[in-house]
Amino acid sequence: MPLFRIPGPLRSLSGGESTVEVQAEDLRAAIDQLDARFPGFKGRLLDDGGEPRQFVNLFLNDEDVRLGQGLDSPLADADEIAIVPAVAGGTL
Amino acid sequence: MSPETLSTASTRRVLGLRCRECGTEYELRATHVCESCFGPLDVAYDYQAIRRLVSRERIEAGPPTMWRYRDLLPVEDDAPVVTLGEGFTPLVRAERLGAELGLRNLYLKNDSMNPTNSFKDRVVSVAVSWARAQGFETIGCASTGNLANAVAAYAARAGLEGYVFVPEDTEAEKLVAAGVFEPNVVSVRGTYDEVNRLCSQVMEELPWAFCNINVRPFYAEGSKTLTFETAEQLGWRLPDEIVIPIASGCQFVRHRRAAQELLDLGLVEGQDLPRLTGAQALGCAPVYNAWREGTERVRPVRPNTIARSIAIGSPSDGSYVVRIARETGGVVEAVTEEEIVDAIRLLARNEGIFTETAGGVTIGVLAKLARAGRWNGDEVVVAYVTGHGLKTADVVSGDGFARRLEIEPSLRSFRERVSV
Repeated sequence: MPLFRIPGPLRSLSGGESTVEVQAEDLRAAIDQLDARFPGFKGRLLDDGGEPRQFVNLFLNDEDVRLGQGLDSPLADADEIAIVPAVAGGTL
Repeated sequence: MSPETLSTASTRRVLGLRCRECGTEYELRATHVCESCFGPLDVAYDYQAIRRLVSRERIEAGPPTMWRYRDLLPVEDDAPVVTLGEGFTPLVRAERLGAELGLRNLYLKNDSMNPTNSFKDRVVSVAVSWARAQGFETIGCASTGNLANAVAAYAARAGLEGYVFVPEDTEAEKLVAAGVFEPNVVSVRGTYDEVNRLCSQVMEELPWAFCNINVRPFYAEGSKTLTFETAEQLGWRLPDEIVIPIASGCQFVRHRRAAQELLDLGLVEGQDLPRLTGAQALGCAPVYNAWREGTERVRPVRPNTIARSIAIGSPSDGSYVVRIARETGGVVEAVTEEEIVDAIRLLARNEGIFTETAGGVTIGVLAKLARAGRWNGDEVVVAYVTGHGLKTADVVSGDGFARRLEIEPSLRSFRERVSV
């Protein structure tokens, strides 16, 4: 099943869990399911227009989803979705 | 913030951390991201306390390093600083380059004169000083260049463990300048972005201070000293415009804050912020793209440029750069790879300063804007030259060889081949 990696600041929402498995066809549905199980995630991850918030980076198997199909990205069984605060960025 | 924190804070300069987006406040600790909205956290100061302390005279009587601005940095007086003499680098009046570009008051802030030859020493000195005072024993970063170099040097200076995470394809010669300080080098089978993300995860497992991650709010404050020094070196006045290279945008944001602090504290005359102008390489120009499209929504790109030290495809502070450039009357401009190398040569030829590719981006943008008629010529314009040319010498490595004249070891041969 696809797997979310939950960063420290959001583990208060996931009952302390650092990973959460979901059963979903695409990323949008996966976030819906994450939110159904642990209410509050959707509001933290997406803005009012339903797009990823400015400071939220979503990586699907190490690829920034904004470089690909965004929330429409299809999910396969062993996929891993990492939620990473944008300010984790650094410089070379 | 608890009442206890507030009551003891009255004698101290630093109050805590505050989210730049939603204003949520946090007690001082190693964290960089707002738990409510994921926005970046900034250091919150007690400006009333600082106002009672700070003056031009007090600063001028301080050490000839960036620590003369300690009153405006987040390291309290009882914490010893970890210093190698960083900052207070030369502000050079660039008459020859200025003449070439039609600028009569052009200055270069030569930050390649720092201990490890880049502006990173400013931010790392603050980060390591703060972290050591908080009891951290290990300093880490994800970097292959300037940041790794500075972290390795300052960890050695502080007697702390240094951990430098690099992608496995990093060339050996790029690790020499960091490796000599004997940090722990962790080679990761992955891209730079993957290394960076791994560091965020390591940070959650271990009590380590990662310069550009969990101690970022403190680290970032070190950047302000570039603008403080520039104002002092101009005779306590802000320039009309500053040209700044953009990677994550973190530095750019701090220069606005620094200028505002100088104005608010009455350390400089006037009311106007300088125009803040950003410089990017077209090969990695997410902020320039957003600027050109008139949006603050910065879309990530895959970097492909020789200006590797500023090649961040997903810049965390990018949207703030667009906003600040617009609000202060600055612009964001970008240059080609060829323009970067030309600018490195232009600066070297005219001013005797050898800068790395990031400096080539800054000078390239300065030259491009000047030639496009942005300035009438009397404005005081400052360009921040943030790293030394030997760090990226490969891009001009053929120059010396191409310019040489071959002669026999005789005066006749010299006179024949060299016309003087």
